[in-house]
Parts: sequence; structure tokens; C-alpha cells
Amino acid sequence: MTKRIFTCALLILAMSSCAFGAPFKLGGTAPLTGGAAIYGTAARNGAAIAVEEINAKGGDIQFELRYEDDTHDAEKAVNAYNALKDWGMQLSLGSVTSKPCEATAAENFSDRIFALTPSASSAAVTEGKDNVFQMCFVDPNQGTASAQYIGEKGFAKKVAVIWKNDDVYSKGVYDTFIEAAPKYGLNIVSDTTFADGNDTDFSVQLTDAKDKGAELVFLPMYYQPASLILAQAQAMGYAPKWFGIDGMDGILTMEGFDKSLAEGVMLLTPFNADAKDELTVKFVAKYKEKHGEIPNQFAADGYDCVYAYYQALTQAKANADMSAEELCTKMIEQFTTMTFNGVTGENVKWSANGEVTKDPKGMVIKNGAYVGLD
Amino acid sequence: MTFLNFFISGISLGSIYAIIALGYTMVYGIAKMLNFAHGDVIMVGAYVCFYAVSRYNLNPFLGVIIAMFLCTVLGILVERFAYKPLRQAPSLAVLITAIGMSYFLQNTALLLWSSNPKVFPSIIGRGSFKLFDGNLSVSHITVLTISVCIVIMIVLSLFIGKTKLGKAMRACSEDKGAAQLMGINVNATISMTFAIGSGLAAIAGALLCSAYPTLMPTTGALPGIKAFTAAVFGGIGSIPGAFLGGLMLGVIEIFAKAYISSQLSDAVVFAVLIIVLLVKPAGLLGKSIQEKV
Repeated sequence: MTKRIFTCALLILAMSSCAFGAPFKLGGTAPLTGGAAIYGTAARNGAAIAVEEINAKGGDIQFELRYEDDTHDAEKAVNAYNALKDWGMQLSLGSVTSKPCEATAAENFSDRIFALTPSASSAAVTEGKDNVFQMCFVDPNQGTASAQYIGEKGFAKKVAVIWKNDDVYSKGVYDTFIEAAPKYGLNIVSDTTFADGNDTDFSVQLTDAKDKGAELVFLPMYYQPASLILAQAQAMGYAPKWFGIDGMDGILTMEGFDKSLAEGVMLLTPFNADAKDELTVKFVAKYKEKHGEIPNQFAADGYDCVYAYYQALTQAKANADMSAEELCTKMIEQFTTMTFNGVTGENVKWSANGEVTKDPKGMVIKNGAYVGLD
Repeated sequence: MTFLNFFISGISLGSIYAIIALGYTMVYGIAKMLNFAHGDVIMVGAYVCFYAVSRYNLNPFLGVIIAMFLCTVLGILVERFAYKPLRQAPSLAVLITAIGMSYFLQNTALLLWSSNPKVFPSIIGRGSFKLFDGNLSVSHITVLTISVCIVIMIVLSLFIGKTKLGKAMRACSEDKGAAQLMGINVNATISMTFAIGSGLAAIAGALLCSAYPTLMPTTGALPGIKAFTAAVFGGIGSIPGAFLGGLMLGVIEIFAKAYISSQLSDAVVFAVLIIVLLVKPAGLLGKSIQEKV
């Protein structure tokens, strides 16, 4: 209790000191070190570019951005969140990865600090919280969207699925994919799994898919097992079409990975760095100039989050003197009614429970880089 | 033909378990302790080999030799600082220390090399022998792993059975007190066992990651547990038992995946283990009394 009072006191102090035309304090936690750092740094870099652009405009709305490291750990994320609260965070970018974000979202909810997470995709992040919103698709939607995309584009009729049955992410996508498949004329001919501890040898799963004549193999999983599957399929001379989800993003940056293995792998992500629209071209150019690489979808999500805030704050005529709680009420009002156009989608809308609606974009890996399918 | 292909997949997976199990079983047979950190020494060996080959462009075999050397040193250090002070302690304390050491190595690796997975360059390429007009393929790495396994098995058996040091090891295994009275330096003998076990771990690491090329700080942990299971299956303490147990475990795992259900494969593997242990409590080739190894 004392700690809470102390924190509140600090919060008030921090706010009063930064009143009068000061910037909005925008904070988020992300894995900036460790295994998931590839996601965290990308999201932070994307957000930082947006903040820089908006501040350069010199309008009424200015941002001050601060990211704290959570190393993809829920407990550390809460500590990082508390550090941000002490700093005087008025608007939150939640956390970048799902598990930590489930923890910080609960804090956001009880502290009444509005949160918009760039990429924490599990359903539990937004569930039952009126002030936590997502910029990325919620996990289960990826399954439905993938089935629809494969069906409508006519990539295949006979489909095999290999999924990880001890992982909520994989299972969530798998369940909705299987449910939606018949609706789009897909016939699931092979359905096999793996789990921690037997995730090295995929010969059985691949033989099953091959023998049953699957033209396309759907891989709802992270890129690390996927890289083994691709290598083993090549070794046995099986070359179906491959289709992944956002967890596949990152396979090309794996140290020592033979990029030719991923040639032709398709994946559904909300962001296509190759798109020709003005927003994307500008963002990609800026990101390349600053960080020397093509931004992935996490960077794009981070970038869009800041612009979505910019739009909502402008429309709400908010100013930085408002308390986090006042802003929270205004933001809920805005986000449930506004339509946003960003690099990760046009006509982006949010439902009252914080889930986003937008069109996914198909990507394919060509010559070791992502290229848009459309 | 599919059956044969699955059988070969099982053998290649099993040969990896077998080579890890050899290290487990040797240390257990002599020092009578379960070195749960064995899987993590394998991981360290694989990382050393990875850096030697892909960062310093050394010959892969030279890389394996460097890894063996460093792992041997690591094994001796681990033994010296974590296990030796507990020589007189109850076996439970040693077991817990071994588990602690396993986590210590994993987390140190996490700090040193981060958890971003790395793709291990195979030490002998990714080719395979094609038989029956290409209907059946056996990868080079499988053949290499099995050959290395057999060589290690024979050399270890000869070493333990025929040399003076081996004799000392067997004596320690049977009765430490009596061995000491006979003028055998028990501490040195046990340290020696760890050194050999850790050197073998480096070879196992290079082969494991050549066959299944992703390398992370947790790479050794789960195969380590499976290999331990294989060692128990074959009769812990028995060197040919580790080889047989490893191969059988791999084949059962693949067959369970193929013919029963991919979701149930681990359940089937462990159910078979339980049945074998109910019928033969000492494992397939284990002797229930004395003279292990």
C-alpha cells in the first residue's frame, strides 16, 4: 500500500512538473535483449521513427517516448511497467510480446492507463479490459485469415498442417484454421503435431504430408522449428508450397540459415515492406536509412501505434496536461469509433473489446527477401 | 519402403540418443551419480564447434577437437568445484547439485550467446546415400553417428576392461573404500571419468547439431533427458546397453509417431519404458548387482 501511495505521489509529481505544452509521455516494455530481442528492438525502432516525424511537424501534439527492457519475461515486464509509471507515463504501448503483455495489460487496466500494444497477439491481452487495444491480429484470427487467403487465391486444395501441440499460439491458430478450411474448399489431408522434446525429427510428419499428396503445408509455428522442417523436406526431396504465419517472420535473419531453403515460403502478415503506397515507401526508406535493414511487421506495428495515438489525440483535442485517467476515457471513445490508415493496413477499426480488424497481406520469400504476393 | 524409411529415421534419431547416452552411462557406471549437466556440456561443445567453424572458418574436425578439449576442461572444472566437495554427501545432494549445474550452464550460455537460434553448419555436409533407386535414403550424418558410436563403444569397453586406469575405474565403481585401501586415487579416477565423459559430450554435441541444425542454449537439455531415458532403458551403467537403448528409443519414437499418433509419440515412448522396467528393472542389458560397466 505504501508503495502504491508512493508511486501515485511520484506520478502526480511527475505530471505536474511536465505540464504546459509538454509532450505526451508514451511508454512501453519490450524485449530489447535476449531471444525475442529481434521483435522488441524492431517495434521500438518503428515507434521512435513515428515520434520523430510527429515531433518534427511541431504541432500541438508532441511525444516523449520511453521503452524499458522486459527480456520477454512477464515478471520483468511488470517491473519495467512500474518504472514507466514512476516516470509519469500517460499513454502506454503495452508490451511487444504476448506473455509479458498479458501481465502489463492487467496493470494498465487497474491503473486506468490506456494501452495500445503493437504486437502482443494473444486473446488474453485484451480480454475483459476496456482500455487495452491491439494493433496486430489476435491469434485465432490468423488461422481463419490464412484459410481464407489460401482458398481464395487457389493455392491448393489438399493441405497438410504441422503444428506444435504444447504451444497456445500454434494451437490457437490451428483450431481456427481447421474450422475455417472446409468453408474455403480446403481439404486437410494430413494433420500432424510435434512438441517440446520431439521437435527435431520431422520425417514422419513430412512423409505423411507427401504420401497423402498435400500440395501445400501450413506451418502455424515460430521460425525455429520451421527452419528444421524446411531443411528436412529438402533433404527428402519434398517440395510443396509452404505457408506460414507471423511467427515465421525472422527466419531470414537467423544466423547461418541457408536462405535458399525458405525460397517460395509464403506467409500472412499485416505489413508488406514492398507495397507501393506512399506511407509504406516513406516508412521503409526512413527505416532503412536509420537501421540499415528492411523493417519487419513489428517495426511497422510500432510505427502505426504512434500514428494511431496521434490521430486519436488530435480528434479528441487532448493535451498533455490531462491525467492518464482522463486520457484513458478519451482514448477508449476514439479508438472504438475511429478509422485509421497506416502502413499495416487501411480502414483499420477496433471493436469495443480492443481487437483490430484489417486485411492481412500475403508475402512470399524471393531471393532471400520478402516480396508482396498481391 | 515407407516402413524402411521410418526405420532409418528412427535409427538416425536413436544414434544421436545413443551417443549422448554413452556419456551418461559411463559417468553413472563409475561415479554412481547422474550427471544431469551432461546435456548442457553437449550444448557448450556444440557452441564451441559452431564458433570455430563459422566465425573462425576452421576445419570442422579441428573444431570438434577444440570443442573436445574445452569440454574436457569444463568437465574437470565442474567436477572439481561442484561435485568433488560433495563426495561424502548423500546422493540426493549430488543429484540436486547436478540439476543446479545444468541450469547454471544453460543460463550462462544464454548470457554469453543469447537465445537467438543459430543454424549449425554440418560437419560433413547434408548429403545422403541413396539406395533402391533413391527410394531409400540414409544421410551421411547418420552413418557417421552410428560409426562414431560403435567406435566409442569399443574403445571405451577396451579402455575400461584392459587398461590399468580402467581397472582403477572398475574398482572405484565396485567399492570406493576398498579401492582407496588398495592405493587407488579415487578422486583422481572420478575426475578422469568426468573428463572423458565431457570429451564425449563435445562429439555428441557436434553430431547432434549436424543432424538437427538449430543451436540454442536449451539445445542439450531435452535430448539429454531423452538420452538419459535411453541409458536407463538399456540398463544404466552398461555401455552396450546405452547404445541399444538409444537406438530402440529412436525407433520406437518414430514408429509411434508414424503408426499411432504424432500427438501421442512421447506418451508411447515412456509407456514402453515403464513396461520394460517393470519386466526388467535393471534395463535391457543392465545387471542388477555389481560389476556395472
